[in-house]
Amino acid sequence: MATGNGTETGQGLRLIAPPLLYAILLLAVPLLTILAYSFFKDGYLTIVREFTLENYLATWADPIFRTILVRSLMVAAMVTAVTVLMAFPVAYFLSFVVAPERKALWIFLITIPFWTSYLVRVFLWKVILGFNGVINSGLKANGLIDEPLKFLLYNTGSIVMTLSHSYAPFAILPIYVALEKIDRSLLEAGRDLGESRLMTFWRVTLPLAMPGVVAAVLIVFIPTIGDYVTPTVIGGGKIPMVANLIQAQMLDIDNKPLGSAVAISAMAVVTALSLAFLFLNRRFLKVRA
Amino acid sequence: MTRLRGSGLRVYTLLYLAFLYAPIILLPIFAFNNATVIAFPLQGFTTNWFVQMAENPTLRQALLNSLLIAVSASVLATCLGIFAARASTRFDFRGKGPVMGLIMLPLVLPEIIVAVSLLVVLLAAGVGLSIFTVILGHTLICMPYAVAILSTAFSSLDKSLEEAAYDLGETKWSAFRLVILPLVMPGIVSALLMSFTISLDEFIIAFFLAGNQPTLPTYIFSQLRFPKSIPMIMALGTLLVLMSILLLTLAEYFRRRGVARTGQTDTGGFI
Amino acid sequence: MTAAHTLQPVALAASASPRGPARPALDDRKPMIECRGVQKYYGDYHALRGIDLTIREGEFFSLLGPSGCGKTTLLRTIAGFEGIDGGVVLVDGRDMANVPANVRPTNMVFQSYAIFPHLTVAENVGFGLRRDPRSRAEKAAAVDDALDMVGMKGFGGRAAHALSGGQRQRVALARALILKPKVLLLDEPLSALDRKMREQMQVELIKLQRQVGITFVLVTHDQEEALVMSDRIAVMFEGEIAQLDGPEALYARPASRRVADFIGVMNFMPARIVGEGADHVTVAVPGFGTVDIPAANVSRADRGDAGPSIGFRPEAATLLPMGAEAPGRVTEGVIDEVVYYGDMTYYDVIMDGSDDYDGVPHEVRISMRNVFGREVPDVGTRVRVSWSPGSLVLFR
Repeated sequence: MATGNGTETGQGLRLIAPPLLYAILLLAVPLLTILAYSFFKDGYLTIVREFTLENYLATWADPIFRTILVRSLMVAAMVTAVTVLMAFPVAYFLSFVVAPERKALWIFLITIPFWTSYLVRVFLWKVILGFNGVINSGLKANGLIDEPLKFLLYNTGSIVMTLSHSYAPFAILPIYVALEKIDRSLLEAGRDLGESRLMTFWRVTLPLAMPGVVAAVLIVFIPTIGDYVTPTVIGGGKIPMVANLIQAQMLDIDNKPLGSAVAISAMAVVTALSLAFLFLNRRFLKVRA
Repeated sequence: MTRLRGSGLRVYTLLYLAFLYAPIILLPIFAFNNATVIAFPLQGFTTNWFVQMAENPTLRQALLNSLLIAVSASVLATCLGIFAARASTRFDFRGKGPVMGLIMLPLVLPEIIVAVSLLVVLLAAGVGLSIFTVILGHTLICMPYAVAILSTAFSSLDKSLEEAAYDLGETKWSAFRLVILPLVMPGIVSALLMSFTISLDEFIIAFFLAGNQPTLPTYIFSQLRFPKSIPMIMALGTLLVLMSILLLTLAEYFRRRGVARTGQTDTGGFI
Repeated sequence: MTAAHTLQPVALAASASPRGPARPALDDRKPMIECRGVQKYYGDYHALRGIDLTIREGEFFSLLGPSGCGKTTLLRTIAGFEGIDGGVVLVDGRDMANVPANVRPTNMVFQSYAIFPHLTVAENVGFGLRRDPRSRAEKAAAVDDALDMVGMKGFGGRAAHALSGGQRQRVALARALILKPKVLLLDEPLSALDRKMREQMQVELIKLQRQVGITFVLVTHDQEEALVMSDRIAVMFEGEIAQLDGPEALYARPASRRVADFIGVMNFMPARIVGEGADHVTVAVPGFGTVDIPAANVSRADRGDAGPSIGFRPEAATLLPMGAEAPGRVTEGVIDEVVYYGDMTYYDVIMDGSDDYDGVPHEVRISMRNVFGREVPDVGTRVRVSWSPGSLVLFR
């Protein structure tokens, strides 16, 4: 403190050095490594350190990659839309209807399922939707159907549903936080200035909640694209997504340069889409201050 | 009007909660169901699946591995998180944005990318895959959560508390120990529990980095292919859910105690 | 640039008197804090531009100024929380250059009070005694005494976060004073309190300071607070001391127009200098006519002022009904606006002939204490204004 202001940068950097070093060694270096690998040649079990664009050409020329990428984007987009739309009323309820002293309890209730064994939760949807699953056996036992419904499992719809379930709190919390920040007198001002409840929501609440919605969209969209468990378990291996492709290249086929190129390509696409989305929403993000 | 609107939202939210909890509620039902097939109608009560689970040596190994990983990763992540949270809330230094961005990056990076890139580097560096490598990966992904929780704890502290302790004759370190540490302790416990829960549940990184060592999630994943193992997995899942709820309740308890202790108003919420 | 510069702190002894006798005159006491040419930069921002001041033992000293003037920075350099980039800070004759805050003979009451929320009141007050070699019982007695001194007897077991604002302030005072510092530094200690509590605490702080005899250095942006409590006040603008004086001198003879504007309410009117005598300056002022301003009342104008101007405190004149006799000079005028405050009323008066000066009428704000039974005159009433040339200050 007596050392003055000039060394504040020094003090801050010294203090943050351990986590920073950790993140550099175990995150930045690995990411840069797969970036480098994606430009190397594969020579069965070894890597030929020679610059090449072959991996990217192979990746983007491959119709399977393109199909899987498009499918992953579609699934992630659908999951995002469903999750955010379903989450908004819940966040609104939490913020505007629930009494302040009860809010912590409600949030606790909503977050609990999120923290309970992801794998088991995904698998349980298979149990619910499966050929001999809860729904089919339940309906059969009640005599409502004779043959199990086959359309429940192993399709994009069931993947979307499972992922929406998994990422629900991710969407609720940012929107809730944004709604909490809204000065309540602004809404009264909206009403006072002659707007109906609905128009106040449309012209005041929603624009002010947009930063939360934008955060929710990104926080759901990005990880769902890379999800591995759900397409494997719920899709039954028949509807692979990008993560399955990366895993196959990296482990099963063991072509690390190609796997790296797939991973980097997918990441580039996701980053580009996210930035485009942020750019389109920059008007709303200014509200954050 | 308000009441009506509120009650509509309430019904919707309750339905939403039902949707969130639907799969979890099935766990105990089938964990105690006396049938090898997961289907209705129920076949009667049994505790066989729990017995079977307890007697499974691979599962026991997986559990031990997972606990070891979760304890190590949560302690490491929390310690590193304390440095980052303290630095980011106390000092305004050049390059803070990018530095914090890198540390928080795993929060928005698909885990498959973290797993794959770590795998490539570890193999290239000649590090054998083991529980240790999983700990490295889990520490990395738990760290942002710890930083987020701890930053809240640190930023709610008035900077002059520290100065007051210093002014009253303490050294910088004893001021930290006597004033800052007790005040952020609930946050530290909360961060530990949260990191522990995340690590215990993490699949992808363990799947890539554990070599041939089983962890609970990778063991569960390997058993999902065998219909015969499913009832036992249901029993295991029931226990895991109970444990998660216990840990989260503890984390919430400590968070609230922290709030009460410093006399703030509770704004609620984990993240 | 005349006598105003060399205004001596003549009012010192006088201004100390309302708070009682039995104290040696300030100039005779030993210096407790000396700042010589203190410089402080935050990056490119020049926060302290060569501060020179001497604060004497047992003095109640205030640093007064608008936010951003450097008063808190100066206090924190004395406390040792901020290093300095030039000059010297001495406390009790000792150079503080390499003395960190935790061993300086100063203690601080923070603006936020910085009461440790996880400790009880007694643990807060006794916080600084951790390294004290005395026995546990002796320390407990010291804590009780300190709490008693600030009127918080019996509160020792309370949880700190359950205290009210005024109570927090008392605990902060007890916590700092228990260490018997040579200097107590107070950083806007009353700004978080409501008006009533603030006025009560002002009185208590004065009494406390007289009781313990410790040098108090108070930072405040509230001129009234500074006037009420201080032996001397340093008014700061932009990292410099604009005037260092006792409260009365500061109020009656502000050294510059900016100081005058900052302390209390003052009317400003343009003035034309028409002559200079040995002990006075003759000026023409709208509505007041030609006035001889005593040399002691001539201060300096600020950069950016359009020309010489006259300052005039609202209470320096008296309103009288038409026909009433009055001492001093009397001018007539018309009430243009009435602002009623309960205990007093502000009247904006347009004096006769005030538009002769430059073609526009000039208003003067005059305050009058309200007296029970006396009517507050309405707008438009013609009145007589009684004033004396000695109450006008010239800024040139």
